[in-house]
Amino acid sequence: MAADRLAETVRTEGARILATLVRTVGSLPIAEDAVQEAALRALRDWPRTGVPDEPRAWLTVTARRVAIDIIRREGMRAGKERASMNLAGPDAVPDIMPDLPSDSVVHDDRLRLIFTCCHPSLALDAQVTLALRTLCGLSSAQIAAVMLMSESAVAKRLTRTRAKIARAGIPYRVPDDDELPARVASVCAVLHASYTIAHSAVGGERLTDVDGRREALRLARLVHELLPNEPSPMAVLALLLLTESRCAARVDDAGDPVLLADQDRTLWDTTAIDEALILLDTSLRRTDAVADPYQLQAAIAAEHARATCYQATDWTEIVRLYDLLLTVQPSAPAALARAVAIAESDGAAAGLDALADLDFDRDQNHDQRWHAVRGELLAREGRYAEAVAATRESITDEVSAPERRHRERRIVAWSAAGQPERYR
Amino acid sequence: MPQYVALTYTKDVDWTAPENAKEMAEYEKFGETHGAVIRGGAALYQTSTATTVRVKGARGGEVVLSDGPYAETKEALTGFYLIEAGDLDEALRIAADLPAAWDGAVEVRPTIDFGG
Repeated sequence: MAADRLAETVRTEGARILATLVRTVGSLPIAEDAVQEAALRALRDWPRTGVPDEPRAWLTVTARRVAIDIIRREGMRAGKERASMNLAGPDAVPDIMPDLPSDSVVHDDRLRLIFTCCHPSLALDAQVTLALRTLCGLSSAQIAAVMLMSESAVAKRLTRTRAKIARAGIPYRVPDDDELPARVASVCAVLHASYTIAHSAVGGERLTDVDGRREALRLARLVHELLPNEPSPMAVLALLLLTESRCAARVDDAGDPVLLADQDRTLWDTTAIDEALILLDTSLRRTDAVADPYQLQAAIAAEHARATCYQATDWTEIVRLYDLLLTVQPSAPAALARAVAIAESDGAAAGLDALADLDFDRDQNHDQRWHAVRGELLAREGRYAEAVAATRESITDEVSAPERRHRERRIVAWSAAGQPERYR
Repeated sequence: MPQYVALTYTKDVDWTAPENAKEMAEYEKFGETHGAVIRGGAALYQTSTATTVRVKGARGGEVVLSDGPYAETKEALTGFYLIEAGDLDEALRIAADLPAAWDGAVEVRPTIDFGG
């Protein structure tokens, strides 16, 4: 097995066994340390001894032994302020060594872990970071790369989050039916945020981080598999798949962004699109009330996915979906996207009017996008000087390097276009 | 069982005044409903009655008093409950029953168990 395949197996199997260990030792930090140590031993021994027939069993047994060692050691240290989620204490040591857990036990434990990591009493950033750590098994360094943070900041955040879980007594439990909808919504927010953070890495040299997106997708798939009847995780997975399906077409060979209108649609991943459309359809059929924000965003992405070419896009339907989205979840990015859709359905002038109506907040990142869209629409109206000015204003520190190059090329083109004929 | 403090942040009024009797009755109702898990608590007089104490330097230093609460905020700390709950979810459910939760905000904090 190649080194990176081996590392991947160890990481995913490690993440899979963590949840059960958390329950049996009653402590997230101890279980995490134990799984990490078991993973290190696997990476050290397996290249020499060969991968065991049942890698998961090997890791489970090894992690349990490590956990028992840690608990004994901590127990000897007078057992003061032992991080425990009000579960079994050191007395439970003998119980850590029963048979390997069945699939249904693992299933329930993983759900518990998801709801603990995505508890609404934790800040969204903290939830995302912890989910990437415990559910995807990423290291602090890997999370730092995905979230564009320093490794020490990630480590500090993880420590603070684990401490809150232990001290505030965030339970390790699947919520009751009456609480479930709100809690599932919280889980969905984490799934969506994990992907968006990795999808549009701000300011960096690369437009996206491929690994971070794959992990977020894996997480969304896991939650959908664990909660197969819930429409929201289904819609989130559909939304992420639809966004992901365009990835090959989103950037050119130089790594620069390609606008939706100019994308080579044959590069779109039709397998992902087909799966997403079925998921979205099922999700909508299971929802009798108003569609949720994920379903609406997925429906918008699905409209694009269904259009054989940019000209075939049903912009009237997309405007309608954005109107619905803004009713259930008003947001600056959605309002901006609606203005773009209006420009496509009713012309650039109508789009500029919609843009002018936006009471956009002074959020830096939104600000630059607003100016960028305005530049594009002004140029379509032939108002090149204004388009250049707006686009200049859109180039701020928040803009990623490829995106900045793209906008600079627009400025050059429009500056030339704005010249009187004889000077061209 | 873990204990939590629920700090109520609401408008800064005199809870003994007759015009607040209706709200006080709601707090009493809360007290009756959750009496089994309430381990203590108090309603506080207005922040205008507060005195903030600081000692300059170290113990024994000059005592500096100032009139008013530690922090001036739109909504003020007006009371607290000590609550026993199995876990945070249980504590949050109880806190959501406090009138302050809709008339202001309730901050729920785990207390440290020093054992013994």
